[in-house]
Amino acid sequence: MAATLNPSDAKVGSQVGRSVPRLEGRDKVTGRAEYTHVMRLPGMVYAKLFRSTVAHGKIKSIDTSAAKKVPGVLHVVTVDDVMKVLKSPYYGPAFHDQPILAHEKVRFVGEPVAAVIATDPHIAEQAVQLITAEYEEMPAVFDEVEALTSDVFVHEQLKPAHTFADLKHLKDAKNTNVALSYNLRRGDFDKAFAAAEHQFEHEFKTQKVLHLSFEPFACICDFKDTHVTFYDSSQGPSFVRTEIARLLGWPENKVRIKVPYLGSGYGSKLYIKLEALALALAMIARKPVKVAHTFEEMFYQITRHPSTFRIKSGVDKNGKIVARKCEVYWNGGAYADIGPRVTQKSGLTAAGPYDIDNVWIDSHALYTNVTPSGALRGFGVPQLVWAYEGHTDMMARALKMDPVEFRRKNLAIEGRAHATGQILQDHPIEKVMDKVLERMEWSKPFDRGGNSHIKRGRGFAIANKAVISPTTSVAIVNVSADGSATLYCGTVDMGQGSDTAMAQMVAEVLNIPTEDVRVTPRDTDVTPYDMGTLGSRSLFHMGHAVRRAAEDARDKLKALAKEVGEPEGSNIPIAELFQKRYGMQAGNVIGSGIYKPDYTSPAPGTGQSPNVTPFWMLAGSGAEVEVDTETGHVKITKLITVVDCGKAINPKSVETQISGAALMHLGFTMFEKMHIDGGQVTNASLADYKIPGFHDLPTKLESLYVEHDQSNGPFGAKGVGEVATFCVGPALANAIDDACGVRIMEMPLNAETVYRALRAKMGKPLEDA
Amino acid sequence: MSNKIDLTLNINGQDHAVSVEPRKTLVDAIREDCALTGTHIGCEHGVCGACTVIVGGEAVRSCLMFAVQAQGKPIRTVEGLASGKTLHPLQRSFMAHHGLQCGFCTPGFLMLAVNTLEKNPAIGDEELLDVLSSNLCRCTGYQNIILAVKAAREDMRTKEEAVAG
Repeated sequence: MAATLNPSDAKVGSQVGRSVPRLEGRDKVTGRAEYTHVMRLPGMVYAKLFRSTVAHGKIKSIDTSAAKKVPGVLHVVTVDDVMKVLKSPYYGPAFHDQPILAHEKVRFVGEPVAAVIATDPHIAEQAVQLITAEYEEMPAVFDEVEALTSDVFVHEQLKPAHTFADLKHLKDAKNTNVALSYNLRRGDFDKAFAAAEHQFEHEFKTQKVLHLSFEPFACICDFKDTHVTFYDSSQGPSFVRTEIARLLGWPENKVRIKVPYLGSGYGSKLYIKLEALALALAMIARKPVKVAHTFEEMFYQITRHPSTFRIKSGVDKNGKIVARKCEVYWNGGAYADIGPRVTQKSGLTAAGPYDIDNVWIDSHALYTNVTPSGALRGFGVPQLVWAYEGHTDMMARALKMDPVEFRRKNLAIEGRAHATGQILQDHPIEKVMDKVLERMEWSKPFDRGGNSHIKRGRGFAIANKAVISPTTSVAIVNVSADGSATLYCGTVDMGQGSDTAMAQMVAEVLNIPTEDVRVTPRDTDVTPYDMGTLGSRSLFHMGHAVRRAAEDARDKLKALAKEVGEPEGSNIPIAELFQKRYGMQAGNVIGSGIYKPDYTSPAPGTGQSPNVTPFWMLAGSGAEVEVDTETGHVKITKLITVVDCGKAINPKSVETQISGAALMHLGFTMFEKMHIDGGQVTNASLADYKIPGFHDLPTKLESLYVEHDQSNGPFGAKGVGEVATFCVGPALANAIDDACGVRIMEMPLNAETVYRALRAKMGKPLEDA
Repeated sequence: MSNKIDLTLNINGQDHAVSVEPRKTLVDAIREDCALTGTHIGCEHGVCGACTVIVGGEAVRSCLMFAVQAQGKPIRTVEGLASGKTLHPLQRSFMAHHGLQCGFCTPGFLMLAVNTLEKNPAIGDEELLDVLSSNLCRCTGYQNIILAVKAAREDMRTKEEAVAG
């Protein structure tokens, strides 16, 4: 069907709100989709890494002589070689603290110390085994709370990047492991807490878990003296370009980042990961170099933040929460990565979706001697919700109030102020809550399982999150002379379905079928700036830019029609329009759009801001469980998650985002854990680190959304990539407590943990293993 | 260790003469020596199933098998599922039911499901789930994969009945 200037609506129909099958689906089911991990360039060579075996130590010597002798090995590289091509080998988004290869010191087990470049990855791997290093071991710090006061310092001196204003004061700071402290003060916590009828204080913890994208980290660097090209499994090509340009001292236009489809990311492939290393190795090898991880190596790249959250609340005699204090400690690992942003952006929502007049929040990013922590689907919020929604239930139980009614009494509804001071808009939290409760049949009698050793229980949790702000997206819509439309946008489709959703928005504006819109693969030489595919920001921010670009193209086509003398309302085929203007099939119409929402930085010290986020993400979960009190085994019979998506651009994609996020978080809650012994990860493989499989699906898993028009969103929409992760953990812990009366304060809730808690409750605790 | 062995791999009906080290896994040979990159390498120790292919009528982990072991046996990979431009019912079904997101595990799931449904077109739901549970997906939450395979099962059955009738 040829595109025309003013088609009747009936011809195409609404493109927004359609469950369009993903545009790249055919490539993916035929094995033709491109991923970096799969790609090869002519003449390409391969790098493998020699990694530290100690958690904290000075490097005394590295012996690479045997590795160099292996046939097929081209170079064995240490930081000294790196510094011959890149003077300052340090990189990172918040701090320039991470060396391309360990420099003088190692700071975690698994840190890259040397690299072998060879003609074959297996040869490189074999040569790595022949490298040895000697370290002078130093005391290490692993725990986030200890790190605050420890006299072991992970870094000698802090090196904030110039990106974030609130880190400037940390420049050259010594004798500290704190990479940022975010503070919020509203009202007078101390006074209100002291005066409160009921006072509660709890401490919750979360463990170290990781993304485990099925396509491991991969990066190919093709360096030439005049320009450099990366083929990169990255969620943020624009940031990679900026950081590589900085390392090289080059202008950005000499750095090109090409990103094919990603075998998922979940936050792991953000900012800068393997790119600086690949750059250095390609400069040394003077050939294209591929650095690609195995699954095992992902345990040494980036993980989610473990956390300790001390929460205190004062409640008045009517069950109203009047004061809340949140002290959150984030275990950032050896390098800051984006941890300081997690600390601040999530920190500001640590008091939860509740209407509390007196709030005190301290949120600390801490360096420790373990694998670095960064963004993971929720940017810290799931760790916070784990604590505040467990705390909420514990208070309700102590007050002998129904946990749902206790929440209802305290929820922050539209028109009320959030703890940051921002007046809540488009915040239909009761609607989300009611939908969960309706699907749970909460008001009906609940079967608790009688006298058998199987005890049944149910739990609920609710949460909100602010989007990462302020961030910018740019898009281009190009209409070719045959009338076909191409979208250029930097949002990375890593499985969430963004290409399809963005194409739907273009199609809606241009009134053409979505399937006719071509989305250009991401390439910083071609696709314009985007801050990054993260934090559920893309559909909102890039969605606005895309809509504006399409509208700009549409308006320019209309102007072109006028220019060639078409009457008002003409439905001339677009191809004829170009023909008329240029005398042949020639020319382009280029529409562009840019979007950056308004924002006011939180005031230093108090964290107050009238406009800290352009939209709120809302989610609620309900869980039903059966606990076998003889074994501690928990069977999840029901898990219902409801989110507010504003408007579902692609309903099926929204549902799959919810079900995928919920099941992923079920894994984090019930069994996933990186076991760490003296800094050493002892289960760094998929065989030993279990993730959810088919048989871990709850008997009933429901993934639902409500549509509350987001008044400032593109087509009323907002992002949903991470929102379904928020409430799964506390809903399950609350259900277990409801079933058998044990409260578990630290994930995961595996059979051993539950059984130990049951035995402790009986007064017969098991000895530590 | 660089003593290479000459062997012939028959993939999707086509012979590939390759010369590989004895230690080379089947998945590496398929991807590197036969240039069929639709089969993905995931965990490389037999847990995730992303590398599943069909060898001699059985779904196998191609990361746990040496290339030399597949000599003389017909190998089927995701590239051989469609006939020309016509997709296999399972490929269509995975697309229609949103049975994939990032798509990295998809070729492995397709080969596992094809093998399962070809061997037992009338397989029951519970048994089907047991077989599918040998592969992992980190994105979808599995529900749409189950939907897609069940829908393809009906589709393939109806076709067989039509042929038989």
